[in-house]
Amino acid sequence: MEELLEILSNLHPDVDFENEEGLIDNMILDSFDIVTLISEISENFDVTISAEHIIPDNFNSAKALYALIEKLEDED
Amino acid sequence: MLFTSYEFIGFVALLLVLYYLIPKRFQWMLLLVASYVFYILADPMYLPYILVTTFTTYAAALIMQKDADKTSDYLKLHKEDMEKDARKAYKAARKKVRARVMTLCILINVGILMFVKYVNFIIGNVNSVLQVGDPAGQFALLDVIVPMGISFYTFMALSYLIDVYRGTVRAESNPGKLALFITFFPHIVQGPISRYGDLSVTLFEEHAFDKTKVSFGLQRIMWGFFKKLVVADRIMPAVTTVIGDTEGGHRGMYALVCVIFYTIELYADFTGGIDITIGIAEALGITVKENFERPYFSMSLKEYWRRWHITMCSWFRDYIFYPVSGSKWLQKFTKFSRKTFGEKVGRRLPVYISSFIVWFTTGLWHGASWNFIVWGLLNYLVLMISEEFEPLYDRFHNRFKWSNTRAYDLFRILRTFLLICVLNLFDCFEHVGDTFKMLASIFTVHNWNELAEGGLLNIGMSGLDYLIILLAVIVMITVSLLQRKESVRVQIAALKYPVRVLIWFGLFLCILLVGAYGIGYDSSQFIYNRF
Repeated sequence: MEELLEILSNLHPDVDFENEEGLIDNMILDSFDIVTLISEISENFDVTISAEHIIPDNFNSAKALYALIEKLEDED
Repeated sequence: MLFTSYEFIGFVALLLVLYYLIPKRFQWMLLLVASYVFYILADPMYLPYILVTTFTTYAAALIMQKDADKTSDYLKLHKEDMEKDARKAYKAARKKVRARVMTLCILINVGILMFVKYVNFIIGNVNSVLQVGDPAGQFALLDVIVPMGISFYTFMALSYLIDVYRGTVRAESNPGKLALFITFFPHIVQGPISRYGDLSVTLFEEHAFDKTKVSFGLQRIMWGFFKKLVVADRIMPAVTTVIGDTEGGHRGMYALVCVIFYTIELYADFTGGIDITIGIAEALGITVKENFERPYFSMSLKEYWRRWHITMCSWFRDYIFYPVSGSKWLQKFTKFSRKTFGEKVGRRLPVYISSFIVWFTTGLWHGASWNFIVWGLLNYLVLMISEEFEPLYDRFHNRFKWSNTRAYDLFRILRTFLLICVLNLFDCFEHVGDTFKMLASIFTVHNWNELAEGGLLNIGMSGLDYLIILLAVIVMITVSLLQRKESVRVQIAALKYPVRVLIWFGLFLCILLVGAYGIGYDSSQFIYNRF
């Protein structure tokens, strides 16, 4: 989780990613950020986030995103 | 049958009456029949194309669904006796089979779209490249029918197919219901590009007559007619006069007026058409997704593309931008570019590549000519430059507090509006050079004196037309401002009965008295219908 929070903070240093629950709904992350995130996560966690996983529920909070990474790691 | 024709009004009125009279379980079937009647009346020759798309999409989705269900059942059955790796391999192998089915269906449908829409564009370009002077030596252009709404219904079919592949929706087992989703007549002309998961919920439901929904729907239809007939069709003659003046007499001041007028026309035409679409659906108890969110109040081009033609933009985002961005080859390229060009540049390259593909295809989707491709790529260029300058903007806003005032916001809105005006002009000229010439003339041709001499009265619009447009634009801006709080129809419904009657009857009278229709007028086709 720490690693993910660091990746997110690098994108938007001013956002409280530990508590923010509406990263997509509140338009904090845009599609450019998502693409950067996909590539960062792929690099750091060795999982592939494909287009079918890119839905607001998976990206609205750091917790949800981490849960997705864990799920994909488990599948792999 | 145009949306703005008497026949269409009669068609919808008859449908509404029948819809609420027949047993509710037959409602979706009535809509299917009505949609096919509407489509066949446009041209019976369109029918084979939409039938092929419907049939192939239905069959492919069903095959994928059956395979996914079988895979799931098999894995459940062998939960205990299969190793994790074996399960993974089995799942991957089945997914590959489904991917092949999906790819084949995409190839067929995109192939049809490419053929009918782009074959002559390709032939024309091949002829240009070969530079065969003698027409006898050139490849002949084909006489191809472009079925009504093909860009819209193909995209809807593809989104359904991909969603079934991804497992986000279940395949429809009833071919009639899928046929209705693809041909639903209110949105076949110019969208919105609905998703099966959103539309199917209310499309196939049984609907009891609901006075509020029907009256809200009719009010929305009336508002759409107001935008189309009072604004778009009334302003159109000025735009076509200036654009159609190939001799170049109407340049300079006229070009500036035309650029702004076309943007107003496009807004009134497209959003008006979508209002009619959503209004008809609402009166039938069906929810169609909104396609606009006050786009001309955007403070940047990026924001504009979140608020204009939302269903098209989200389609390109979900089915092209993200899949390309997450693709293995692009991820590999990202790793390579990070090593080669460093972290900063390396991590931005994939975004540039995905965005380039999206804007190139968005341009191409709008039309088979270079002006649309240039339009798409110019949007791309402005968006990428803005993205690069974003840290600079942030510093600017932090440093200068006056840049956070309402006055500055207004400046940003106007700046974005003018930028949109300029980009929209690429819709108007098939030859890109003509667009640049037209734009350059604003600065090089000094004919502002013609403004005082009544020059604007000689481009197909009278003084009364200008007054009507001015008042109508003020009404549209007021409605947009009121919408920020909640739906204007909800606000009006809360008013006293005589005021409500006055407002809706006033709007009805406006359309009747000052709408551009009737004898002597030829209510024009919607602009987005040609896309």
